[in-house]
Amino acid sequence: MTLISTIAADRPLLHVDNLTKSYGGRVGCADVGFDLWPGEVLGIVGESGSGKSTLLSCLAGHMAPDQGTVVFETASGPRDVLSLSEPERRRLARTDWAYVHQNPRDGLRMGVSAGGNVGERLMAVGARHYGQIREKASDWLGRVEIDTGRIDDRPSAFSGGMQQRLQIARNLVTGPRLVFMDEPTGGLDVSVQARLLDLLRGLVRQMGLSVIIVTHDLAVVRLLADRLMVMKSGRVVEQGLTDQVLDDPQHAYTQLLVSSVLQV
Amino acid sequence: MYVAVKGGERAIDAAHAWLAEERRGDLSVAEMSIAQIRNQLRLAVNRVMAEGSLFDPDLAALAIKQSRGDLIEAVFLIRAYRTTLPRFGATQPIDTAQMACIRRISATFKDLPGGQILGPTFDYTHRLLDFKLAAEGQLPPQAAPTAPPVRASMPHVTGLLDQDDLIQPEVDAGLAPPDLTRSPMELPAARALRLQALARGDEGFVLSMAYSTQRGYGRTHAFVGELRIGMVRVSMEIPELGFAVEIGEIEVTECETVNQFKGSKTEPPQFTRGYGLTLGQNERKSIAMSLVDRALRWRELGEDWSGAPAQDEEFVLMHADNVQATGFLEHIKLPHYVDFQSELEMVRKLRAEARAYKEAAE
Amino acid sequence: MTDQAYNFAYLDEQTKRMIRRALLKAVAIPGYQVPFASREMPMPYGWGTGGVQVTAACLTPDDVLKVIDQGADDTTNAVSIRKFFQRTAGVEVTQSTALASVIQTRHRIPETALSAGQILVYQVPIPEPLRFLEPRETETRKMHELEEYGLMHVKLYEDIARHGQIATSYAYPVKVEGRYVMDPSPIPKFDNPKLSGSAALQLFGAGREQRIYALPPFTDVVSLDFDDHPFTPTKANHDCDLCGASASYLDEVIIDDQGSRMFVCSDTDFCETRREMGHVGRLGTPSNKGAQA
Repeated sequence: MTLISTIAADRPLLHVDNLTKSYGGRVGCADVGFDLWPGEVLGIVGESGSGKSTLLSCLAGHMAPDQGTVVFETASGPRDVLSLSEPERRRLARTDWAYVHQNPRDGLRMGVSAGGNVGERLMAVGARHYGQIREKASDWLGRVEIDTGRIDDRPSAFSGGMQQRLQIARNLVTGPRLVFMDEPTGGLDVSVQARLLDLLRGLVRQMGLSVIIVTHDLAVVRLLADRLMVMKSGRVVEQGLTDQVLDDPQHAYTQLLVSSVLQV
Repeated sequence: MYVAVKGGERAIDAAHAWLAEERRGDLSVAEMSIAQIRNQLRLAVNRVMAEGSLFDPDLAALAIKQSRGDLIEAVFLIRAYRTTLPRFGATQPIDTAQMACIRRISATFKDLPGGQILGPTFDYTHRLLDFKLAAEGQLPPQAAPTAPPVRASMPHVTGLLDQDDLIQPEVDAGLAPPDLTRSPMELPAARALRLQALARGDEGFVLSMAYSTQRGYGRTHAFVGELRIGMVRVSMEIPELGFAVEIGEIEVTECETVNQFKGSKTEPPQFTRGYGLTLGQNERKSIAMSLVDRALRWRELGEDWSGAPAQDEEFVLMHADNVQATGFLEHIKLPHYVDFQSELEMVRKLRAEARAYKEAAE
Repeated sequence: MTDQAYNFAYLDEQTKRMIRRALLKAVAIPGYQVPFASREMPMPYGWGTGGVQVTAACLTPDDVLKVIDQGADDTTNAVSIRKFFQRTAGVEVTQSTALASVIQTRHRIPETALSAGQILVYQVPIPEPLRFLEPRETETRKMHELEEYGLMHVKLYEDIARHGQIATSYAYPVKVEGRYVMDPSPIPKFDNPKLSGSAALQLFGAGREQRIYALPPFTDVVSLDFDDHPFTPTKANHDCDLCGASASYLDEVIIDDQGSRMFVCSDTDFCETRREMGHVGRLGTPSNKGAQA
């Protein structure tokens, strides 16, 4: 994708340092730091309660961490995301960033047609030609394997898998530079999961997306992630290249995780 | 010939004359006096004063008479009148601990300093129609036994709990409370503004909101720590004098609820509070108000947003005012034929196009 | 005759000053909704309290006031508001658009073009154009602040997807000077083009919602649309049956039990002026001013 080549390759897209968030006395996540490079897919794994969702919320600006820095390489240079004003953060959220929720209901407008859902981001950044918006929405429905004849149907008439694919189309239609995904295959049947994963892998490779994906499912990261971070009790216990971490886990907790899903 | 919209002026004058006639009713029945309303329909007068935000029983009684007993209309009359009054300043906060209570009960302690005072309440009456009341002017009611009014300082139940750190302390932020009638509502609202809006909010609305919390939509496990009704002194600092002068007495109802405790591993649990205060004797409203106040405090007290209507500040505050609500509701009976005409054209056009499309397809 | 018990135009001078400050701010930021401390008026919310307060703050003893509702001077609420100002301000009133210096209106813009120095005051029920897409005020204010208007276009998109065209026929949203999306009050979309580039000052008052906004003279106002589905003002496809006007907004009146219709100008002053000039429509009779009085 051409977008990637425009970014200074000597700087990471996202630089995270010492990120900490606690709830009263309980640790949400503590002292997390990493770099995400353009075109890279980073998987964050751990069981529920490990702090991976807290981390993602802090990164995406949905939650304010207690301390730490999150520096994003914007088109006009690096910016500390946590010090952005609300208007700036929202602007970022509807242009450079995308967020795929675990539950598609949280990421879709259930009362708006599939075409309107995909078209919203286009219109938010100034598209004003109905025919072109519709054409692009139609194209994206095709890319996420939704029958374009259903463009005027509301998501409430869709199956769970279709809703999730629609959410992905809605997020990717404007070519975001950084995509956050929170358990994107979470609530789906196994067969539906496989199809969605396949689709996601295709899109990630094709568009050269930079992605941070949170999941408890090692099969998901095995297929999608270049690099892996393993979290336990709010802390990163191991990180490295995906194959390396999965094939030769160093930390006892990672070994346990990997052994419990050997069949993958 | 087209005449439908003519004669508006004459119609209005005639309607007003008819209304005056209807208000007076059958001339063979004696006319009600303001004093009768003020004395014998006191709870109605109290409600009009509370929601009209003006302590003046005579004007409230007049408004009830003029509105033919429509209390929301009476509240509206009082509000419209209140707008025209000059504003001299703000009084000092009233001290409800110094209230001359006619009623004071606590549901949380069997007995307490100052004692329980039952007072004039419906609580333990049997709701049987009293046909003796239909025989007007026959017999004066039996005089109730009297005791001298309780003037001694009456400590608040929550104050007693506070002494032992058992209840979350209230800290005076030191800010002058905003005035809802002088500046537009801005959200999020501080607690002072919320209480102000609730105090003049519709009794029925506040009651239903409070009831919904009891049924589980934003539950706060409220006990009536204390309910007290009586006269309090109102003082005002006179700049020319440099000290406060008592300018009168008003009757108020105050309710303080003691609610579920919070706490965490690090913080020991404490009870929390809800607060209600209304002009006049107005128990239902002040209890309801304190429940809604408490439900709205979820963020400040570190509770979860459960999505309950009573937790939703914007929802509660924007819809509590019955003068606003009734105006907007009833305005839909004003002419809208221009809008309707444009909708009519649109529906006809869409139908014609759908028909043409169908015919073309066939 | 003025009612001496009240200040000129009912409101006290402090309140008028507060409203004028809001008006100045509104004129300075066209299309932006300025919060103001709306007072309880002696007519109900929903009856035009916002417009009445704005008019009260604008009136001077030399003004000539016209009040219309649905385009007509003699609808009951227009009569009632006109009487209110006659009583409390003692200003001269008129039914003539051309002669008025201040016009308070509900749901219409007069057909006769307004001129410099005139003020048109709109009564507004719901000032927030995004309200029916997002009920929370805290959220919609943010959307305006950030120019997050994508959702507004989603609504229009949905209209076209469903109906083949934008199906909003009144209170049609506009964008002011390329910045704020504004609700023009429930005027038919036929009137929208008159919002833009008007020589008159246009003021909008929403009493219950406590908002004032404004379009200063010659402000650029664009009705929202798509490039390939442009905005089109529409009216009933008839001429006025009384004065024969072909380009004025029409009311449809059912005239007998069989449902026969006639179409007449909603702007009564416009219609009467035309008839006095000798124009006669399909069912009209030549005007005879003397005989009507």
